[in-house]
Amino acid sequence: MKNFWEKLMHGVFFVCALASIFAVVMICIFLFANGIPAIREIGVLDFLTGTKWKPGNDIYGILPMIVGSIYITAGAILIGVPVGLLTAVFMAFYCPQRAYRLLKPCTELLAGIPSIVYGFFGMIVIVPAVREAAALFGADISGSSILSASILLGVMILPTVIGVAESALRAVPQNYYEGAVAMGATHERAVFSVMLPAAKSGVLASIVLGVGRAIGETMAVVMVAGNQPRLTGNVLKGIRTLTANIVQEMGYATGLHREALIATGCVLFVFILLINLTFSVLKRRKDA
Amino acid sequence: MENKIEIRDMNLYYGDFHALHGIDLDIRANEITAFIGPSGCGKSTLLRSLNRMNDLVEGCKITGDITLDGEDIYKDCDVNRLRKRVGMVFQKPNPFPMSIYDNIAYGPRTHGIKSRVRLDEIVETSLRHAAIWEETKDCLKKSALSMSGGQQQRICIARALAADPEVLLMDEPTSALDPISTAKIEDLVLELKKDYTIVMVTHNMQQATRVSDITAFFLLGDMIEVGKTEQLFSMPQDKRTEDYITGRFG
Amino acid sequence: MTGPATLGTAARRGAETKTTMRSTYGRGRAKLQKGLVYGAAFLTFAVLLFLIGYILISGIPHLKSSLFALQYTSENVSMLPAMITTVEMTVLALLLAVPFGLFTAVYLNEYAARGSRLVRVIRITTETLSGIPSIVFGLFGMLFFVTRLHWGYSLLAGAMTLAIMILPLIMRTAEEALMAVPDSFREASFGLGAGRLRTVFRIVLPSAMPGILSGVILGIGRIVGETAALIFTAGTMAQIPGLLQSGRTLAIHMYVLSGEGLHMNEAYATAVVLLVVVLLMNTLSALVAKKLTKK
Repeated sequence: MKNFWEKLMHGVFFVCALASIFAVVMICIFLFANGIPAIREIGVLDFLTGTKWKPGNDIYGILPMIVGSIYITAGAILIGVPVGLLTAVFMAFYCPQRAYRLLKPCTELLAGIPSIVYGFFGMIVIVPAVREAAALFGADISGSSILSASILLGVMILPTVIGVAESALRAVPQNYYEGAVAMGATHERAVFSVMLPAAKSGVLASIVLGVGRAIGETMAVVMVAGNQPRLTGNVLKGIRTLTANIVQEMGYATGLHREALIATGCVLFVFILLINLTFSVLKRRKDA
Repeated sequence: MENKIEIRDMNLYYGDFHALHGIDLDIRANEITAFIGPSGCGKSTLLRSLNRMNDLVEGCKITGDITLDGEDIYKDCDVNRLRKRVGMVFQKPNPFPMSIYDNIAYGPRTHGIKSRVRLDEIVETSLRHAAIWEETKDCLKKSALSMSGGQQQRICIARALAADPEVLLMDEPTSALDPISTAKIEDLVLELKKDYTIVMVTHNMQQATRVSDITAFFLLGDMIEVGKTEQLFSMPQDKRTEDYITGRFG
Repeated sequence: MTGPATLGTAARRGAETKTTMRSTYGRGRAKLQKGLVYGAAFLTFAVLLFLIGYILISGIPHLKSSLFALQYTSENVSMLPAMITTVEMTVLALLLAVPFGLFTAVYLNEYAARGSRLVRVIRITTETLSGIPSIVFGLFGMLFFVTRLHWGYSLLAGAMTLAIMILPLIMRTAEEALMAVPDSFREASFGLGAGRLRTVFRIVLPSAMPGILSGVILGIGRIVGETAALIFTAGTMAQIPGLLQSGRTLAIHMYVLSGEGLHMNEAYATAVVLLVVVLLMNTLSALVAKKLTKK
């Protein structure tokens, strides 16, 4: 009897453990099975490099969205990574114990705030601020723009960058630091010339993870990026990302349009898988 | 006196590493057998083979026979039954993070005793047996972790006794304790041998001379010598034993 | 990244030869670096404070009792139905995700051979799962639960989608909690003749409970704040839904309101409620986790 339960529960635990494998396989199957036919119908090149997205005319080119995602992600990295890294340095090497106990949960809180709230904040604070700042220079824009989205996403990736970079910095053996200081280096020099380079792959991993978060972010971007499917290099103009493309149109799309949106999701998914792969390679190198 | 445990040509491997080589040893009932030797000599490994705790270690393989009252413990015996019969006390006191009462009652409950009255009785006898009843009778509901290290170890002994074992394995039970607690545990062990067969690993040779009847000396996976304790310490047969007990190494 | 690092190394090499000159130069840079570090940290926490403060201060005045009416109408966009939906959604998603996440952790930590191929595959898939953006989960939920299984936009489809989404979070926190349980507890339990199952349920899981709970609470926070995964799985109907009916959680409610632009005050108020719930969940999770470390 006892043995029966042991065996049964062992089986139950085992089956549960397979759930995540099952989920990933199902997600891949359903996404690609629904997306790839559309890509084939539209033509791989036309789909990926087409510059026009006009569902009304059955023209589906997602290059503007790919570029849009890349621009906004790059902007977010440009803003979020320096601030995040330096904050991680602060948390690891400057923060007094007592303050740390208060500030550490704050960085976690930053990660816990829902993206819809970030988006709302961006819409009512960042977008008008950008609009007014532009008006000072005589530009008349709505404010929903690459810049606004980059600023907002820059804030949103902070907790990711801080969290991963800080633990990488803390994993550097303390005697590196002591070695540097013993040679007469200042605290700053020890931190920036010894500790930070020693944590290099962890720091890179934090950036990659930040990229993953930025490129996958949906709701906040939709609310501040303007969502026009166009190719533009002007950071004050609106743009549409891959994620926004899906959310904007999935509600009413049918037929090939709908499938093209799912295919957009496939492209996004592939991006994410590549980023995940990079991240785990970096992490493995850190472990080694 | 009869043999409680017989070990015949027993070899133990961790993966490719041959950790114990052809051990032959009899452990007699109602005696205290001590295993001594430098760290890494395999004495704890052998001890943990006696209630199959090594089953938990991946890649561990055992050949040869170990019998308890004539039953082969690796063949004829359910492992949980075996561990009920052969209790164990660990190097560091490891009470569960629950009340003293629940700690002691864990074993009997595991083996199907549910009656409150029975449990109360078992808890009291076990704690008395482990000479810690006076200190705990008024605070059985308190967390076992709130007690001192020496008290915790005696609670762990009581917990092992509560499962009603025949053999008690002790893996350096006093190495984490202060001298006063150590003395209490040693007195307790001497008291317990009336009812139990005790096998004890110790780092401390004075401890072996103070409490054990039989001592076995191990070195690098071999059992070098075994004999009556006073004999082994006064007239070691083997040069290596002599070197060890006179403190030339280890 | 490499910029300051190489400069720093050069400066150190220089310091060995031309001490006086270099060290004054180094001191200037040290000041700059220190300034940057403090500046960045200040900026990070100032933004957080500003964001929370701004939402609370501009939102609280809009919290009116009429927003908590049981019925949603186009005149009074009450958030109570959305709140109830959120609770339903959370409970359902947790009921699905917690057993799977917890049992996976138990399997990985208590049963499986360490470093076996299966364990590696499970870890890789879990990591993959945790990196997938919520919109992709939403798409999958729409394709599988809503369309293929014909559940339609429904509470159940939404909850299943969310359950998959928070599975890696529950699993990882549970696994960390299990790993933190000292092996000596397991040994003691086995040594008393308890089987693996009894050891897991009586000793390991109770000891790991605070860590597991804090993960579950974090999961609640994610469910409450989720939007993208729900729009195309649970839909946006403003009603208290049954299992196979569409309903909107608070976050979706807020998205719809702010998208329409007609009910900005109500959107502010919803933002406050959402924020407070998430703040509460985070604090709670931290407190529970602290209880673990104290032991």
